[in-house]
Amino acid sequence: MAAADRLLVIGGGQAGYQTCASLRAEGYEGAIILASEEPEPPYQRPPLSKGYLTGEQGPDDLPFRGNTFYEDQRIDLRLGDPVMALDLRAKRATTKAGHGLDFDRLVLATGASPKLPPIEGHDLDGVMTLRTHADAQDLKARLADGGSLAVIGGGFIGLEVAAAAVKLGCKVSVIEMQDRVMGRVTAPVVGQYFQDLHARMGVDLRLQSGVARILSSDGRAAGLELSDGSRIKASVIVVGIGVTPCEALAAAAGLDCQDGILVDATLTAGHPEVFAIGDCARFPSPYAEGRVRLESVQNAADQAKAIARAVVGTPEDYTAVPWFWTQQFGKRLQMAGLSQGYDAVAVRGSLEADKFSAFYYRGGRLAAVDSLDSPADHIAARMMIAEGLTPSPEIVGDQSIRLKDWAKTALETA
Amino acid sequence: MPKVTYRAADGGERTLDVAVGLSVMEGAMRNDVEGIVAECGGSCMCATCHVYVDDTFAERMPSPSEEESEMLEEVIAERRPNSRLSCQLLITPELDGLLVHLPERQT
Repeated sequence: MAAADRLLVIGGGQAGYQTCASLRAEGYEGAIILASEEPEPPYQRPPLSKGYLTGEQGPDDLPFRGNTFYEDQRIDLRLGDPVMALDLRAKRATTKAGHGLDFDRLVLATGASPKLPPIEGHDLDGVMTLRTHADAQDLKARLADGGSLAVIGGGFIGLEVAAAAVKLGCKVSVIEMQDRVMGRVTAPVVGQYFQDLHARMGVDLRLQSGVARILSSDGRAAGLELSDGSRIKASVIVVGIGVTPCEALAAAAGLDCQDGILVDATLTAGHPEVFAIGDCARFPSPYAEGRVRLESVQNAADQAKAIARAVVGTPEDYTAVPWFWTQQFGKRLQMAGLSQGYDAVAVRGSLEADKFSAFYYRGGRLAAVDSLDSPADHIAARMMIAEGLTPSPEIVGDQSIRLKDWAKTALETA
Repeated sequence: MPKVTYRAADGGERTLDVAVGLSVMEGAMRNDVEGIVAECGGSCMCATCHVYVDDTFAERMPSPSEEESEMLEEVIAERRPNSRLSCQLLITPELDGLLVHLPERQT
């Protein structure tokens, strides 16, 4: 690796930031340019749907690093000027302001953007999605006077926003198409727990409900009309129905995309010097069948670190165990592994005690574990999934057995 | 403002004013102290803000929660009796002069 090497990172989210930080930590000596469309230095997104809305965390709590970091680490931060075109043959990116950025290696960390369905009224004032700091500032201001909020989509973001809004004294409804919340990623037992929690805290949950249109009054959002004709009043509407990977730039440059920029196990996208990581990348995971695209802090950070190691050393297959978390009404769900395609579930602990874990099996093997306020189970799960260990449902259900001890014994005797 | 000293594995150190209510991790990140990663931003999820609390402060430090104690299993460097996750260590006036030692690796 020549000292004159130039590495361009497109995207200033968790993946982009971590790539730059890890490259320096690994001893990369080349030039690093971080091009971000956002107007401020990279910051953390998880608080935006949680503590930032309730005021427990403020703007000062968001940036990953202090003011001197990028200069000290010789990271050329280009803010507020998105890359609009990419020429992989000439190895040059062109920004909106017309700047040409030449590179030897490229990391695409372009993230994803929230879906906004084309239902009637989606463009009204008061209808919003949540992704950026600016979105969160706007939402926080609108919720400040304790109005009424309707959330479309009972996934993590939607439920976290709902919980924060309840705390702020808002009247909150959540509308979900499926027959349970968080149904895309969790088992019925977990969804049911969170449904009951939200109902207990006063959230009006409407399951198996579609939204026919967004109602308006004086040109502003005033509520929802559901598919069954019923109406819900709300001055703020948050849409949390998933995201679309930002892949247009990559696709236009000729890279293969399929709901995500397609990469191989070393996270390279068809060219040895072009990587794609984080929310925008679809990669082969040893923990799932076929390629997956994951939207999480862990995935962004661990893929960034893998890239940094590959750039300074030897590329290796990316095999980190996926983990996620969500926090609602002070309850924390920690998830390890990928549950997609599971065919059996075993439960450890009790829902009534607000302390339990759901173990997901796929083809007789442990695939994932969701742990509610049970950090010991979560840590054991990360280890078991990484090592390919499968405790039987009997072992899982026996709380006199410490899973960590069981796993250690299983490893020693394997 | 209470002072906190971060001593790196190679012996280099920085002493900073850290406001009451911030965590030892936040004091480090805001002032660009190297050697703390804090991937999850202080949610006690990632075990990359590991520090060793100097023995002189052992008794003034509240013990780790079950959550922190479990997550400490995940630290990359050696776990010792004085190992803590710095995102869980909130600065109080009593901790003025705190010394923490940084491990060689966080990830």
